[in-house]
Amino acid sequence: MATATEQWVLVEMVQALYEAPAYHLILEGILILWIIRLLFSKTYKLQERSDLTVKEKEELIEEWQPEPLVPPVPKDHPALNYNIVSGPPSHKIVVNGKECINFASFNFLGLLDNPRVKAAALASLKKYGVGTCGPRGFYGTFDVHLDLEDRLAKFMKTEEAIIYSYGFATIASAIPAYSKRGDIVFVDRAACFAIQKGLQASRSDIKLFKHNDMADLERLLKEQEIEDQKNPRKARVTRRFIVVEGLYMNTGTICPLPELVKLKYKYKARIFLEESLSFGVLGEHGGGVTEHYGINIDDIDLISANMENALASIGGFCCGRSFVIDHQRLSGQGYCFSASLPPLLAAAAIEALNIMEENPGIFAVLKEKCRQIHKALQGISGLKVVGESLSPAFHLQLEESTGSREQDVRLLQEIVDQCMNRSIALTQARYLEKEEKCLPPPRFFIKCFHFS
Amino acid sequence: MANPGGGTVCNGKLHNHKKQSNGLQSRNCTKNGIVKEAQQNGRTHFYDKLIVESFEEAPLHVMVFTYMGYGIGTLFGYLRDFMRNWGIEKCNAAVERKEQRDFVPLYQDFENFYTRNLYMRIRDNWNRPICSAPGALFDVMERVSDDYNWTFRFTGRVIKDVINMGSYNFLGLAAKYDESMRTIKDVLEVYGTGVASTRHEMGTLDKHKELEDLVAKFLNVEAAMVFGMGFATNSMNIPALVGKGCLILSDELNHTSLVLGARLSGATIRIFKHNNTQSLEKLLRDAVIYGQPRTRRAWKKILILVEGVYSMEGSIVHLPQIIALKKKYKAYLYIDEAHSIGAVGPTGRGVTEFFGLDPHEVDVLMGTFTKSFGAAGGYIAGRKDLVDYLRVHSHSAVYASSMSPPIAEQIIRSLKHLMGMDGTTQGLQRVRQLAKNTRYFRQRLQEMGFIIYGNENSPVVPLLLYMPGKVAAFARHMLEKKIGVVVVGFPATPLAEARARFCVSAAHTREMLDTVLEALDEMGDLLQLKYSRHKKSARPELYDETSFELED
Repeated sequence: MATATEQWVLVEMVQALYEAPAYHLILEGILILWIIRLLFSKTYKLQERSDLTVKEKEELIEEWQPEPLVPPVPKDHPALNYNIVSGPPSHKIVVNGKECINFASFNFLGLLDNPRVKAAALASLKKYGVGTCGPRGFYGTFDVHLDLEDRLAKFMKTEEAIIYSYGFATIASAIPAYSKRGDIVFVDRAACFAIQKGLQASRSDIKLFKHNDMADLERLLKEQEIEDQKNPRKARVTRRFIVVEGLYMNTGTICPLPELVKLKYKYKARIFLEESLSFGVLGEHGGGVTEHYGINIDDIDLISANMENALASIGGFCCGRSFVIDHQRLSGQGYCFSASLPPLLAAAAIEALNIMEENPGIFAVLKEKCRQIHKALQGISGLKVVGESLSPAFHLQLEESTGSREQDVRLLQEIVDQCMNRSIALTQARYLEKEEKCLPPPRFFIKCFHFS
Repeated sequence: MANPGGGTVCNGKLHNHKKQSNGLQSRNCTKNGIVKEAQQNGRTHFYDKLIVESFEEAPLHVMVFTYMGYGIGTLFGYLRDFMRNWGIEKCNAAVERKEQRDFVPLYQDFENFYTRNLYMRIRDNWNRPICSAPGALFDVMERVSDDYNWTFRFTGRVIKDVINMGSYNFLGLAAKYDESMRTIKDVLEVYGTGVASTRHEMGTLDKHKELEDLVAKFLNVEAAMVFGMGFATNSMNIPALVGKGCLILSDELNHTSLVLGARLSGATIRIFKHNNTQSLEKLLRDAVIYGQPRTRRAWKKILILVEGVYSMEGSIVHLPQIIALKKKYKAYLYIDEAHSIGAVGPTGRGVTEFFGLDPHEVDVLMGTFTKSFGAAGGYIAGRKDLVDYLRVHSHSAVYASSMSPPIAEQIIRSLKHLMGMDGTTQGLQRVRQLAKNTRYFRQRLQEMGFIIYGNENSPVVPLLLYMPGKVAAFARHMLEKKIGVVVVGFPATPLAEARARFCVSAAHTREMLDTVLEALDEMGDLLQLKYSRHKKSARPELYDETSFELED
């Protein structure tokens, strides 16, 4: 019985075949042929790897010559003939065996030489030894670190502070912890190199605005707002940041913080303030540019500074609200993946903070000295002062450049050598010419200091 | 069921560098039996030395339970997030300011999901503060949490004399002050703590010059340059060496600082499998033959980035093979010896000495002073023209401050100690003691039945725990027994391979190691951690031998 039904089904099929319209059969036939062709054809390769024979490959390997690992460096480059400093870099410094007055170290409050600071560091050395042998997460957290973080937070009147073991790494790790690919950062053209590296590591969109030009910044923010309206869904997840410095290292000017705060609330961008030069310098109690202008510190999302200028130690810190700072404990690369600050440097910083809190008068004295030095250098023919009179680190630039950067550099170097002969230690501002986004012209970098 | 642990004995014999050896990279590879060291007149043929590494895979049920653990944690995480959103549960995390509520949120919710729900539960095992020098014994400050780890409170008590198995103190040089550190005190009093200047401006002290000369002598290379931070040494110097149009071949498990440096340089990055020479060779061949991706132009330079000892795996780089490849394909080699300088090699000079190779064959030798020397900072050493170039073009030399003087003095002191220049042989004894401790510790752990990763000579010993719950239990119980351990989980390690990482130190005495091993034995039985399927024979009389010879 089974075979009969089978045959019957077969007959039905053949009949259906005869009765089907012609185009149907043709279409089906074409489809079947196409499938067969696809099945048997070679797969499409993006790179033809079978083009070269083994012999040709070996020849290519033999022939290839890479560039040398490092290009040769001219022997008379100033960086190869360092000024060797022996002894402490305080206001009198021994350079190449000669004692000079020091206008070249960022020792603004003169605390590098302070006996109390040294005593605190010595006490810490006796208790803890030198190194911490581990990152913060793995038994590298000492009670001195926690103390220093508390003290810094109290000093700056914020909720929390976090310390890094290297000043450069502070802002360069803080920015990529918050700003990722797709976010937008508005940054000043004259931002320092550490900020540039932080921005590069973050892979965000960078928009540069002219130095201290709030109108330019507002224009960029308005443009961004128009873009947002075109694509509101994307705008809802794109974070915006404004990165500025309190006292710019490259120009010696102060950022206009009140206008920035107004722009922040108008366009809903967060402010990251880099206070390396202004911490311990501006403001009545050394609280930086927020104290200078009298702005509520909570209006600034993140303040970052390094402890190598006013605090005469090594390292850096960020402070702000816990909501912002706590995130860096797990995602700040320079914090999680690097050994913590040696305790003797942390103890030195705590003692320096003590001194700053006990004598708030030193900030006024420093400002007065800066004003005096600015005034005294104003009248020199051929050189102009770049920087505000409040800034302890400013530049002396050639009024008229000779035309070529190299010649300028050589001329300035001669002046530096002459000054060195007369026991004044000066330095030129150093830049990596190929790496800087907006390369400043050659000039001297003068730093004032206070000494007791 | 197939046995992924494998009983396959692999012949890890290294032939001379002309032939590419194979069979070393199998993850199922373990070594049975005893090491044979060919000794002829006291000179070891390192090329004949067997590389003994093991990366045993866990049994299947362990992996299943691990993933289940994470799954349950995630479910509960969703539940708690839901309850927090709807106000049923109090939210203890810090929140955004009222005035800034309408800003774009600073953190996406899902980015912090893992931190909020899984890490927060067990975060008392990390960031434990201590209040003494990180020597072989240290004092941990006791802290408790009243609200399930959201905030901590110090009780004021100190847990004294905890055995330190977590700090990178390989040679035991991180210790409380004693008279031999007198020079550091003097330097501190004369120079102060800070430098307040960059290397190019006024920041080069005579101490730095002395240190650089000493480092070059120690490593047996032409010149060296020191920097203030180890992390920054990588991230600021790799961009100075390579740029656009160059190729970087980087190991899978390289440290964050190497990855950051490679990214900042702008070069193309290609990743090869961990310690896998075949993978590296394939990438090198393709790079040299086919050139840059679309234009087919030749690469300007090829730089291979590897580490000496990998801190999470405990494996040692297969240096002879990589040097052979490098010579054949004319690439440059950059080794990050952060964990291996001072810790491996007969006199502590790193992986080049361990394999008996000439340090001049490596183009860039980089290392840090944090781990074996008890200080902070990093160095790059190599040929004089390389170091001169870095002196001019390194980002750190131009923009970042130089090393602090007392730290430099500590490194000078440690180097002199290691090289025997202070008139004693204590430095060398420390290196030997470390090697002995390492072998003993590793062998005992393997004999007990734990899964240990890495090379038998590496002082970094990862012990696999796998399950997230066991990670927390292990760390807490060990602290109760007064042993400080470091546990690592995701994201520093792959999701399913959480581990405890021990750092053996020359300062550990045999008694301390025995105490730790006993405690580990107990823990292993209590928490069921002994997953290894290769039970070694327990023949304790062999552990005191430094060389074994088979009677043929």
